[in-house]
Amino acid sequence: MLKSKDLLGLQYLSAEEISEILEGAVAAKERLKDKNKCSYDLKGKTLVTLFYENSTRTRTSFELAGKYSGANEVNISVATSSVQKGETLVDTGRTLDSLKVDFIAIRHPMAGAPKLLAENVKASVINGGDGMHEHPTQALLDMFTLKEHYGKIAGLKVAILGDIKHSRVALSNLFGLKKLGAEVYMYAPGTMIPKEMDKLGAHIAKSREEAIDGADAVMGLRIQLERMNGGLFPSLGEYAKFYGVNDGLLKYAKPGAVVLHPGPVNRGVELTPEVIDGNSSLINEQVTNGLAVRISVLKLLAAYRENNL
Amino acid sequence: MKLLIKNGILVTPEGETKADLLIKDGKISKIAEQIQENCKIIDVSGKHVLPGLIDIHVHLREPGFESKEDIQSGSAAAVKGGVTQVCCMPNTNPVCDNAVVVNYILNRAKEVNLCKVHPIGSITKGEQGETLSDIGKMKAAGAVALSDDGKSVMNSYIMRLAMEYANGFGLKCLCHCEDANLADGGVVNEGFNSTVTGLKGSPRAAEDIMIAREIALSESLDIPVHICHVSTCSGVEIIRSAKARGVKVTAETCPHYFILTDDIITSFDTFTKVNPPLRERRDVEEIIRGLQDGTLDCIVTDHAPHSLKDKQAEYDLAAFGISGLETSLALGYTYLVKTGKLTLSALVEKMSAAPAKILGLEGGELKVGAPADITVADFAKSYVIDGGKFVSKGKNTPFNGFCVNGVVEYTIVDGEIKYCNK
Repeated sequence: MLKSKDLLGLQYLSAEEISEILEGAVAAKERLKDKNKCSYDLKGKTLVTLFYENSTRTRTSFELAGKYSGANEVNISVATSSVQKGETLVDTGRTLDSLKVDFIAIRHPMAGAPKLLAENVKASVINGGDGMHEHPTQALLDMFTLKEHYGKIAGLKVAILGDIKHSRVALSNLFGLKKLGAEVYMYAPGTMIPKEMDKLGAHIAKSREEAIDGADAVMGLRIQLERMNGGLFPSLGEYAKFYGVNDGLLKYAKPGAVVLHPGPVNRGVELTPEVIDGNSSLINEQVTNGLAVRISVLKLLAAYRENNL
Repeated sequence: MKLLIKNGILVTPEGETKADLLIKDGKISKIAEQIQENCKIIDVSGKHVLPGLIDIHVHLREPGFESKEDIQSGSAAAVKGGVTQVCCMPNTNPVCDNAVVVNYILNRAKEVNLCKVHPIGSITKGEQGETLSDIGKMKAAGAVALSDDGKSVMNSYIMRLAMEYANGFGLKCLCHCEDANLADGGVVNEGFNSTVTGLKGSPRAAEDIMIAREIALSESLDIPVHICHVSTCSGVEIIRSAKARGVKVTAETCPHYFILTDDIITSFDTFTKVNPPLRERRDVEEIIRGLQDGTLDCIVTDHAPHSLKDKQAEYDLAAFGISGLETSLALGYTYLVKTGKLTLSALVEKMSAAPAKILGLEGGELKVGAPADITVADFAKSYVIDGGKFVSKGKNTPFNGFCVNGVVEYTIVDGEIKYCNK
């Protein structure tokens, strides 16, 4: 059983709760392979995706997770520019409550926004990414992908390369992977490593080779172009040369090591096309797994609501 | 008009003495072990009699932001907190960059007639950091200092001109120290907790660089300067070494910087959002050492009241600031005196005589002939802080639920009782 009505981040979940979500995703994925992939588990329930940032894959994934589970589903897009002058987040939340919504999957450019919403609504809030804070369902799908491939997470070495500082994916993965006993190595330009990440149990590597050496999984993170314009690195070419992952570097990893990326990928920047399309890449499988994990989260939150609210 | 304060414990720089204090015509007229006088008497047995507290860094928000605070509510908060004189920052609307606004504030304060209110004019027009405000005219109207509080004058050349020009009028610049480029929109201290929360961090260096710049200007121009709300351990060290070389620098800090660490921001509670941000344990410890060794001359509140609407928002969007006037004495007593870090005399000195001296204000001492600005406090009494009960319009305090010692019983300004705890 989950211990809270909301899923705000992996830093707030216990190892048991994480494992339970991953187990639920196994069954959900089985169902997705079925001819009739839909269940009626969430019949009569309503999911709203409330996105204050552009997103195609996460939003579609939440939307279909709801639909495949039999829930009603509505999308609300709010332009970021209207965040500051339009209706407040709390007021929007109260409106959704009055519309008898059960789940709100929110993406927001500001850290802590899902928590603020969660504290002010009866609906269950699922964090679909908040600023530089967390993106729990992404990390859960990454962990599910690893568990599916290796049969376990404890003892794996995972290398994460890319813009760690601005990545909620990296932070959520660090919390989740550490809780389930994996080792996490990180490598990035100095401008993209947040302060005191090592205190959370991450090994901050001094080179790509050190990060990837003996790794079971190599995860690339998307580089956003605006970071370059903000001066965090000089050019995409230089980034690819010194921080990108190519086939040669993958040789440092364990034989059979897998490659992950939360997408969308900048081909030839954080990963070379050979790596993206190579045999070790699980990038496309991750997308299906995201669906399975989100179905599992919805189902477990529904159970929590049934029992506690 | 006479008023006799009987059986109190007078707190002076020399220590604590049991004595009676007689007020006549707004001045302290006699201090003696026993005074008999046929007049109104307040018996304050067992309670402490302090020179009225002086807070040289508050935001009263009027004119322009009356939904957050106004001169009436802010003055009421001051006297409830034992504060008899406040200096109010110019980031109002319109900005206090001219004599008209200075006059407006002084007139409103006179109408309100609670604590003494001294306006601080802005250094630059509109606090834009570009051209000097009407410094001479503001001084003539009654401004007591200059500040672009809320930000630094980023252009060092303009800052230099401001210090030179203001010095000609005997006005000091009170410097909010923050390199805006380096802070880069950070809302919390950069460190472990900014990483965990994903909230954008502002490094100590953003504050330290500007502290060092103001000191460099002060030193090279030989003009005194005052550093606002020091929050970093490294900033304390920069000021300490400057003082050791004889630079004419003074500095202040606030209760939240000697009590709280940024561990509390992980709740995303926007009442913890303040500029400069709450820092870490080693900063808190160094701020206390700075208070002990005199590197930090005085304690102010940076009273920054906000309406709930300005705080109930995403952390990034919420307003910076803490409503502090009603809790500063109790917090100072509880966290500095009760813990043995400072004597009561030293605390009171940092909250009255020292700030008065920095800005050349009258007051801050209990002696015959001085204005009868007096605070009577009961430090044996404890209570739990509840921002909801503030008389300030700003209920925003991160100290909700803190149990503190020190209840203000009377606040007397120019011999008149302006606040009495019933």
